[in-house]
Amino acid sequence: MAAVAPGAAAQPSPSSTQVLEVANLQTYFYTRGGLVKAVDGVSFSLVRGETLAIVGESGCGKSVTALSLMRLVADPPGRIVGGSLRLGSTDLLRLDEAAMRDIRGNRIAMIFQEPMTSLNPVMTIARQISEALMLHQNLSRGAALVRSIEMLHLVGIPEPAQRAKEYPHQLSGGMRQRAMIAMAVACNPEVLIADEPTSALDVTIQAQILEVIAKLRRELGTALILITHDLGIVAETAERVIVMYAGRKVEEAAVGRLFARPLHPYTSGLIHSIPRLALMRRESGPADGRLLEIPGMVPALSNLPPGCSFAPRCAHASELCRREYPPYEEKRPGQWAACWHPVVGDSGG
Amino acid sequence: MVEPVAPLLQVEGLTKHFPVKRGVLRRTIGQVRAVDGVSFTIGAGETLGLVGESGCGKTTVGRSLLRLIEPTSGSIRIDGRDITRLSRAELRPFRRQMQIIFQDPFSSLNPRMRAGDIVGEPLKVHGVESKRERRSRVAQLFDRVGLRAAQMDAFPHQFSGGQRQRIGVARALALNPRLIVGDEPVSALDVSIQAQVINLLMDLQRELGLSYLFISHNLAVVEHISHRVAVMYLGRIVEHTDKVTLFTRPLHPYTEALLYAVPVPDPAIKRDKRVVQGDVPSPLNPPPGCHFHPRCPYAEARCKLEAPALREIEPAHFAACHLLNQ
Repeated sequence: MAAVAPGAAAQPSPSSTQVLEVANLQTYFYTRGGLVKAVDGVSFSLVRGETLAIVGESGCGKSVTALSLMRLVADPPGRIVGGSLRLGSTDLLRLDEAAMRDIRGNRIAMIFQEPMTSLNPVMTIARQISEALMLHQNLSRGAALVRSIEMLHLVGIPEPAQRAKEYPHQLSGGMRQRAMIAMAVACNPEVLIADEPTSALDVTIQAQILEVIAKLRRELGTALILITHDLGIVAETAERVIVMYAGRKVEEAAVGRLFARPLHPYTSGLIHSIPRLALMRRESGPADGRLLEIPGMVPALSNLPPGCSFAPRCAHASELCRREYPPYEEKRPGQWAACWHPVVGDSGG
Repeated sequence: MVEPVAPLLQVEGLTKHFPVKRGVLRRTIGQVRAVDGVSFTIGAGETLGLVGESGCGKTTVGRSLLRLIEPTSGSIRIDGRDITRLSRAELRPFRRQMQIIFQDPFSSLNPRMRAGDIVGEPLKVHGVESKRERRSRVAQLFDRVGLRAAQMDAFPHQFSGGQRQRIGVARALALNPRLIVGDEPVSALDVSIQAQVINLLMDLQRELGLSYLFISHNLAVVEHISHRVAVMYLGRIVEHTDKVTLFTRPLHPYTEALLYAVPVPDPAIKRDKRVVQGDVPSPLNPPPGCHFHPRCPYAEARCKLEAPALREIEPAHFAACHLLNQ
């Protein structure tokens, strides 16, 4: 599928099509090692049919953000201590567990990285999909089964009627991931969260799954939050991107803009530190020599430096960066970043 | 590309079958042909990249070279000397020359040993008796891989993933090996850390003249680090040539499928997607003929019957496909 041209997707204006609004989300973990602010003041919104990617490395808070949206953060040790999660007109943080259960898997659903651990091994595929349909859509057992088979067909599982009767272990990794996607979209959710949906899969299977996800978005109009560390997947799938570092949002922009002119030195570092295939470079010729490195390592969340969390690894860091966390502001139209010394000039990619 | 030097490592017809056992009596009910007649060479100072998807046998090849897995048949030669059937004692001097770095820096280091002792252990095993001598050599190695000598007394859990992988590299370097097998050495690392370890490996190669067998599923990393690349599918090499040719003019339909499946990290580049359909077949029951034929968009009747041999299609460009150059 063709990616969006740079700068084409403008910042969506808040309108009636807005499906999700996350404001100042704070999810903390109370551990023996101290307070861990896994998600610290993250805000974003999502309109119908839009794909938003959240990228970052391990420990940046992207997965905890996803679990917070589903209200699946284990308590203890974790807790959503602040902010609001508005799905349509419902504030998810004000719901009791019973009311949340009506929404989870129904209006907001999630696909996990490892399908084998998220599917029930002792239930057939059909029963797992039917369960959600019977619970949320009040379908009869028979109607739910018919719909389950339709869903399996939709996600490209061959011989869906046959496959529906099988157990998860009888399916290959790719087929299991398709089945999980079928289950997630069975109730036609407004928001679908995919947390590293293809990271456990081989590259040819990954391409198939990404194709299925793109097709579902087109056909069902589901808004998608895609959580990944793979910038290739972001570039090909997302319209808008949020970059997270150490629990906070450090940059946000339309995908074309972000890759062509990243503002935050961390975003720029990520984009330039990955080797690229010859077929994917704009200039031909072998890529030799050294890769650009981001020095140092991701800081422990329980022991963040004062000021900007990225400052210890940043070539542009000044005294100010080490003292004070930079404000998150719109530096260019439609492009936000939290940085005292944003990258200027074209990087061109 | 012509072989620049006499090959340090020469692998011929390497085959490894694992028996599949079932039932109480553990009777053998079949064989997994994990590696099925693989041949390649690696010269001094050269990196051969070995790519393929899960179950293709690339890890088994890497481990067989060090005889961590005993090959079923075939030969492995170091400087022309066949080490395939040497006894443990006879193998020892050759083991020094070949080391391995594993994928997971969390499970490949003993959590109860101090980092310095982990790196120094190969020295101890291979007869460096003096403790002081070992410590000074370990300190040197720490410095070389970008760790501080002061960290020698820390335990693995006190290091980050990238630092642990540096410990793994230091351990591999301890005995001045000539060949290092890297089995997905950067796959478990974060993107920003991957570049650090790749650069380290390439610097070490330049300085020490090391040879690498670099096993990975990440095509972009393999292209960056390798001189030559072999692509494996279900136990066999399907294409093998220098990296520039392989990544710009692939011949085998599977190589092409792999390259086109990798998402492009640049939204300004539009590329028609050619998504290859179907699953990777089970190595327990591979399709007859060309293993790739059920997924191959160009497959013909012949592909279902006859396994194609790896042939030199263009000078120094090998591929196993019936449809090339007929």
